[in-house]
Amino acid sequence: MNEIMPGLALQKVDERIMTLNVGPQHPGSGHMRIIVQIDGDYIVACDPDPGYVHRGEEKMAEYRNYILNIPHLERPVIHDSCNVLYPYVLGAEEILGIEVPERAKYVRVIASELNRCIYTMYWLAIYGIFLGHSTMFMWPAGDRELLIDLMEKMTGARVTHAHFIPGGVRNDLPPNFEDVCLRQVNYFEKRIKEYAAIFYDNPILISRTKDTGVLSRQDAIRLGTTGSVLRASGVDYDLRIKEPYDVYDELDIHTNVMKEGDAYARSRIPWLDMMESCNIIRQALQKMPKSGSVRTKLKPNPKTKGPATVYKRVESGRGSLGCYIVSDGKVEPYRLKLSVPSFRNLIALPYLLKGEKLGNMPSVYWSLNYWPVEADR
Amino acid sequence: MSSDSEKPSAAKPVVKPVAKKPEEKPVELPAFEKGLCDKITEKFTDKVEVAFVKEDRVRINVSSENVHDVAEFIRDEMNFDHVESVSGVDFPQDKEIEVVYHIGSYSDSSLARQIIVLATRAPREEDPIPGKDATRLPTLRDIFYSVEFHEREIFEMFGVFFEGHPDNRRLLLPEDWADLPPLRKDFDTRGR
Repeated sequence: MNEIMPGLALQKVDERIMTLNVGPQHPGSGHMRIIVQIDGDYIVACDPDPGYVHRGEEKMAEYRNYILNIPHLERPVIHDSCNVLYPYVLGAEEILGIEVPERAKYVRVIASELNRCIYTMYWLAIYGIFLGHSTMFMWPAGDRELLIDLMEKMTGARVTHAHFIPGGVRNDLPPNFEDVCLRQVNYFEKRIKEYAAIFYDNPILISRTKDTGVLSRQDAIRLGTTGSVLRASGVDYDLRIKEPYDVYDELDIHTNVMKEGDAYARSRIPWLDMMESCNIIRQALQKMPKSGSVRTKLKPNPKTKGPATVYKRVESGRGSLGCYIVSDGKVEPYRLKLSVPSFRNLIALPYLLKGEKLGNMPSVYWSLNYWPVEADR
Repeated sequence: MSSDSEKPSAAKPVVKPVAKKPEEKPVELPAFEKGLCDKITEKFTDKVEVAFVKEDRVRINVSSENVHDVAEFIRDEMNFDHVESVSGVDFPQDKEIEVVYHIGSYSDSSLARQIIVLATRAPREEDPIPGKDATRLPTLRDIFYSVEFHEREIFEMFGVFFEGHPDNRRLLLPEDWADLPPLRKDFDTRGR
């Protein structure tokens, strides 16, 4: 027999076990393949195969300077583009030695929280439709527009904002933004509270997600999961509180933690987080300096002073998002690594699906708050 | 101002006002981070090299023989419980590939802000045959379960084979990839 290539493995064939490819074209999996082996109706093994939307963001970053990296680094999660850029911008500020104006910090917090809601609404729509609940697809997709309109007013773009730059944000808020934002956010909050009656208290949803794919606290820590997956398993860990960046330490933030660790808890936590985001936005609007600069001017080709490394992390819509930048004193980063929450949560998938029924796969898989494009980078 | 009035001052011996050097005060290391760092240096003395102690970040460089022991110590004695990120960095001029682990803690709330950056280096070969050449490191998968996918990614992207890793298959790259590991510096994107 020929020797197999490194990095590949031969698969044993078993008469009893059927191998099923879910994806990459199947709409139930997103842009990834999940190879599941089933015995009757039960999953005996699961092997996630990401990489179908790998775009080499990290390699591309080595060829572009600190400013040109902004528009392409937000591509992994366009719905959450402010939060994806956030750690990169914080890291670049530290190694380039740039100060950020106070008003810009508040604008960033508002943009980041709006983006968290926009992402979560998109995810909720997908979660709804894959559980066969088409109203839950329509409602979040529609209500999301409220916030997208706000972001459009703020940045000029509906999804890919490229709004955060080292030194602040690209543009100041438009006139009268505070009032419009407050009004829309208040309405949005009232609206998402109505989801409880149709979705979260719905006996069909509860029967499909309660006690499904249970991740214990111990395992959530051991597997290094993050974000809503971690908090649904009873670990109180939110970087906005634990390691506050920008002005999060001046705001009063509450974390949502649930102890159950099942798919229901994992789907409920992001919804509760959205209400907390509305709360944060209201506080930030109140405390924000009413006028002032929103960006520190940069030189065209900013250079770091010498070799430096920095690791910054923020709490994105899916969990802790880290950015490790290695600089050798040139205009481009020597190496840039994004440590993304989807990639970190993916390791829980084979663990959770083992022993589950095949029909429970969508409710477990989408409850991980997983975004395939982000995991591939 | 006339030029006459300037003359006497020019005749004076010029005393440059820059006699003050920027005072080199000893860099004050953050106390808590220093304590973390001391714990490791006490145990491993000259086997580890402290690269920096900054606010919330401590970086330790170790050789590939000791990385397993140091990681085990960090988990068992210092309450760090998961790895957030594993990054490879290629240094062709040193003929080495650096692998950097960012280790954090969920279970100990006093360590929630802290990240221990554990860096080690593997030899680098010019014509890599991933998995079959000298570019090898011991895996940390048996210590930190969370590195499993990260190490698989490093293997395909840099060709660093992790000895003892239970599943050294490819993750993101296609099955028929027959080129250099793409995140190495000699893999140039232009002209491909």
